[in-house]
Amino acid sequence: MTESVALRAPAHRVSPRAIGYWTVRASFGWLVLLVAQVGWLLGDLGHLGLRVGVLAGTAGVAVLHLVVMPQWRYRVHRWETTDEAVYTQTGWFTQERRIAPISRIQTVDSAFGVLERLFGLANVTVTTASAAGPIRIHGLRNDDAQRLVDQLTRTTAATPGDAT
Amino acid sequence: MTEVGTVVATGAPWQRLSVRMLAVHPVREVLRAWPVLIGLLFFGRARRVDGGLWGLVALVVVVLLGLARWYTTTYRVTPEQVQVRRGLLRREVLTVPRDRVRTVDVTASPLHRLLGLARVVIGTGRSDRQNDGLKLDALSTADAERLRTELLHRPAAVTTQTPAAPGSEAVITRFQPAWLRYGPFSLSGLVIVGVVAGFLSRLANEANVQFGFLETVAGWLARTPVWLAVVEVIVLFLVVVAATSTAAYVVAYWGFRLSRQASGTLHIMRGLLTQRSITLEERRLRGVELSETLLLRPVGGARCIAVATGLRVGRGAERGGSLLLPPAPLAEAVRVGAEVLGDPVPLTVELVRHGPRAARRRYTRALVTTGAVPVAFGLLWWFAGSPAWLALVALVLPALGVPLAWDRYRNLGHALVGRHLVVREGSLVRRRTALNRDGIIGWNLRQSFFQRRAGVVTVEATTAAGRQRYAAEDVPAGLAVPLIDQALPGLLAPFLDDRLGDRA
Repeated sequence: MTESVALRAPAHRVSPRAIGYWTVRASFGWLVLLVAQVGWLLGDLGHLGLRVGVLAGTAGVAVLHLVVMPQWRYRVHRWETTDEAVYTQTGWFTQERRIAPISRIQTVDSAFGVLERLFGLANVTVTTASAAGPIRIHGLRNDDAQRLVDQLTRTTAATPGDAT
Repeated sequence: MTEVGTVVATGAPWQRLSVRMLAVHPVREVLRAWPVLIGLLFFGRARRVDGGLWGLVALVVVVLLGLARWYTTTYRVTPEQVQVRRGLLRREVLTVPRDRVRTVDVTASPLHRLLGLARVVIGTGRSDRQNDGLKLDALSTADAERLRTELLHRPAAVTTQTPAAPGSEAVITRFQPAWLRYGPFSLSGLVIVGVVAGFLSRLANEANVQFGFLETVAGWLARTPVWLAVVEVIVLFLVVVAATSTAAYVVAYWGFRLSRQASGTLHIMRGLLTQRSITLEERRLRGVELSETLLLRPVGGARCIAVATGLRVGRGAERGGSLLLPPAPLAEAVRVGAEVLGDPVPLTVELVRHGPRAARRRYTRALVTTGAVPVAFGLLWWFAGSPAWLALVALVLPALGVPLAWDRYRNLGHALVGRHLVVREGSLVRRRTALNRDGIIGWNLRQSFFQRRAGVVTVEATTAAGRQRYAAEDVPAGLAVPLIDQALPGLLAPFLDDRLGDRA
């Protein structure tokens, strides 16, 4: 993947349950699109072949996306924290690694969305003074998230500075 | 400076805005409401309602609102805080700790200047929120000046570098009439031309106002050959835009003056009619951006912009706040930037190029996006029988895309010199930014699927200042990690691959 960037990937994977979470979350968008297309199909029966073709095409892309994306994401998403820095890797088609020194952290939040709670997951957002720098770790197990927040809060508190 | 004491006086009494504001608010409210008033007059009459009466009612209401605003707004400056109380029905108290004050912006419109008044905006520089800052509209010029000096002349305990004789200042640059030649290329008039044209056309259509002159012109154009008419319209448009742009340049930047004050602040003054005076703390400064638009580059012009926390670049009035030099000779922009940075190297140093793979990506991206248009028209012509000339005309796009891609590649680059990370990108607007390494908060390394295949990575330095992120695009993957490692030594050390651990 990014071997030539002589940075290793962060140490920890997210919870495997995140695969299910990502699949369900992405399927909502596809469902809306498919329902709209079925409505269009039933509304008027001219050009039937074209409409069925488009519907089948959409369904095919949706299935492909729902099968490939969560697996790919799970293989990419990783995180790691040390006493000096937070380091994450996210994305699938476009991947991003974010590194921020603990001394520049301003807030550490954890959030539990409705869907995430169904999967027993949580996400942690670490913000810095830059509007471009929030580091999000999705798909953590609840207790992992809690432990991470505690640890980050502790190390952040131990590091002085105004973080700009 | 002795009067300063009266402002800080303990128990700091609440102060009103200048009484003279009573003369400004109503007039300004009327001016501000003029589209509504005109609308009422025109359309009210058209619908056989007494437009005049409604206009009068609206006038009275806005005048009363102006009075109420003056009566209810008070402010005070205590040793720790600046507070503003305002609101007629919903009272609110806005409090800003004084050590959070990052900019003080003093603006005087012609009306203000006539009455010796100025509007003060105290910026707190929350970079993620809109509508920040305390507005005091308006104080007497003397009060505004006193407040400005007072707020940015911080108590000795907080100051890091002790100021020399307060009040002394060194002028870095001042407006020169020769800069006017960049006016036509600043394109600042384009918006004005658009707005005026839109307004006139609406007036002509909806209110049936006749423009005899325009009709004569239109009639004359209709009688000339098409190609000649097109050329004439284009020439006319260019002349009008150039003239308006120059006028807008003069109005905005006449009397421009950038100086460094002994208290550790940069002071910017500008404006022909509305005078603005912006004070910016140097300790909030994280770097400098040199920006050259495609139009300014052939004539050797450039602008210089401050990268400072609390001054977000590129958002209306705030953009004006961070401008260190309006379009002026490139050499002058470099000199001003170097003076502000305290180091001439970052703005002149030869940059590390991003190599053939970055170049190939520029061409691919340009050709794929611009090539899609003629291909789409070609398909339409083949299958749906749309005219073939559409596809042929659209071929202009890829023809323009190639030189653009070449220029975009040529402008890509980065460097690490002294205290600064330097990145450059862009073609329509070429930007070279020198960002102080201490101002870098974190790093984002982004790779799309195609970037991974090409072995390049976009390295973004995030910061609390300016655009919040400054990217070196498509850096060869092998250079990215050494770049970050040298810019912020030690940060990457625990994450470096063991096999390449010797880098750490």
